[in-house]
Amino acid sequence: MVPTLWGRIQTRLFMLATVGAIITLLIVPVLPGSSGPLSERYVNGFLVLAAVGVLGIIWELIYHFLMQFRWEKDWPTLFGLLTLVPEGLVLYFLLRSGAVDVIDPVPPAAFWTHFTVVWVCIWLVTNGPMRVPFIRWRFRGGRVL
Amino acid sequence: MVAAAGIPMYDIPFLTVGGGMGSFVTLDYLRIYGVPTSQMRVVSNIDHPWQTYEFLTRCSQIPRGERIRSDSSSRPDNLWGFPSYALEEAWKEKKLSYLWQILTEPLLNDYWTPRAGTVFKNLEREAKRINYWDMLVKGQVRMVRRRAGGGYFTVVTPPDGAAATKRIIFRSRFVHIAIGYPGLKFLPDLQEFRTKHGDYQHVVNAYEPHEQVYEFLKTRPGTVVIRGGGIVASRVLQRLFDDRERHGLQTQIIHIFRTFVSGSHGPHIWARRKGGDGWAYQGFNYPKSVWGGQLKAQMRKLEGTERAKKYKEMGGTNTPYRRRWQEQMRAGRSGGYYHPVQGTVDRVEHSQDGRLVSYVRSSDGIVREPVSDYIIDCTGLEADIAEHRIFADLLQHGGAFRNPVGRLEVERHFEVKGTANGDGALYASGSATLGGYFPGVDTFLGLQIAAQEIADDLAGRGFVKKMGPLRSTSQWFKWAFNSSV
Repeated sequence: MVPTLWGRIQTRLFMLATVGAIITLLIVPVLPGSSGPLSERYVNGFLVLAAVGVLGIIWELIYHFLMQFRWEKDWPTLFGLLTLVPEGLVLYFLLRSGAVDVIDPVPPAAFWTHFTVVWVCIWLVTNGPMRVPFIRWRFRGGRVL
Repeated sequence: MVAAAGIPMYDIPFLTVGGGMGSFVTLDYLRIYGVPTSQMRVVSNIDHPWQTYEFLTRCSQIPRGERIRSDSSSRPDNLWGFPSYALEEAWKEKKLSYLWQILTEPLLNDYWTPRAGTVFKNLEREAKRINYWDMLVKGQVRMVRRRAGGGYFTVVTPPDGAAATKRIIFRSRFVHIAIGYPGLKFLPDLQEFRTKHGDYQHVVNAYEPHEQVYEFLKTRPGTVVIRGGGIVASRVLQRLFDDRERHGLQTQIIHIFRTFVSGSHGPHIWARRKGGDGWAYQGFNYPKSVWGGQLKAQMRKLEGTERAKKYKEMGGTNTPYRRRWQEQMRAGRSGGYYHPVQGTVDRVEHSQDGRLVSYVRSSDGIVREPVSDYIIDCTGLEADIAEHRIFADLLQHGGAFRNPVGRLEVERHFEVKGTANGDGALYASGSATLGGYFPGVDTFLGLQIAAQEIADDLAGRGFVKKMGPLRSTSQWFKWAFNSSV
């Protein structure tokens, strides 16, 4: 899928709300280094997911801008995977610094496991299986609506 | 009138004319959407949909084992594009390197592209699965005309002996035309030479069989002039270089580029394509975003001269940057047997010893007169759409007209503008519609995009139900298990 700006944002939010939510439901109970009641850990997990979505809108604006330097106006598959590094680092330091105080400080191992697994699963689904139920999605620059 | 003329007439709601890749992909979509074979026919003079495509790829030096220039997830046999060809070949050949390549394309590696053979084998499987041959009617279409009362008549000449009359007629509510390239066009100076001397052996087009060139070069050292800077020129060059290596040949190659690209080019920093050594480099026929990204979205909104301007901006002959080809050309330049030059050819004549002299004028005023044994025209010029009788008739009598780049003007949903008739609709896809709201028409994925627009439009007209996520998923499983739609 070669994205448009609106398509990028929609795909990100849609993926976080579906694949991201399912993975979070499954993974939170077994995240390393986390403690406290399960319900609180779930709330925290979903808040992290929401933060990836909100911050992601800014990231997508940056990616869209960078993409303009490419003749093909495409976004190679590898970029979609590797952007997990800057996005993860920025979110991690924001959480550690307490800048996002609605989210409790997350142990590093729990944060990175959760973040990476969700990211890789979303990346895998975006690069193939998504096209099975949604046949028009890839021709609309990633717009779901 | 038709009945009075004694011409047999058949009613069929949806008829597609052509029977190549465009017809196949459209029928595939409609079958998967849920249209039974009894509602559709395809009229064609070829036996299987990939026949012409395979002929052209083979002539232009892509036999089944070689890789075509097409994205891994552009699968005309699988409208979902999943699993991609790369996954399939990696699985079947147990090659992890394909996965690494597809992951790192085009940054660390060339684009991964499928083998021609992989494409054809899968097309055959899918054609069987959708009962393609139950819908095939052999014949030559003479014309498609609007009929009083809505819909269209399609006049067909069946093969000799196949029918009792010389013509048969189909009466349809919907007609789809996908007859491919109207024809090949030669460079004017080469056409003049061929006509004047009747020599079709030494001045050849890369899209016609020209194996004699390579066979001759195996028997004695020779010189070949190549004209053109696109993918076909790359292919022909590769064949000449490969043969040099494999058989220890002495072939000399003079490569004439009309437009010699020496580096990145484009009007501003946000529209700059890479290039060098004569070539403009681009992964596929069009910038990738025409099949779904921002170029597709932009073009969809443009009309008239603005659209033509956009086509011009992203157009121009180009070829992919492939590491293997770069190596071969480098070796050729340093070894003194590959000579790329800029120039336009005024004329071609016989030399005294019966070889071919090209009179080449460069933009710096230098005139060269290279002598060669063969000239291969790799420019891939296409004839005007009116060269094909169906289009000529539609333009003259059917209400159709030309788009800003001179081909057939179609709607965003690929209905031919000006040809609507009652509750019927006439659609067209493929090369003839280049210049419309969607640019990548003459490509695998472009044909699928067109087919989807057509299928959705037909759904809007009540011919079939629009396919949603549930049917799509269940149909995908049927594809995966190769069970009937």
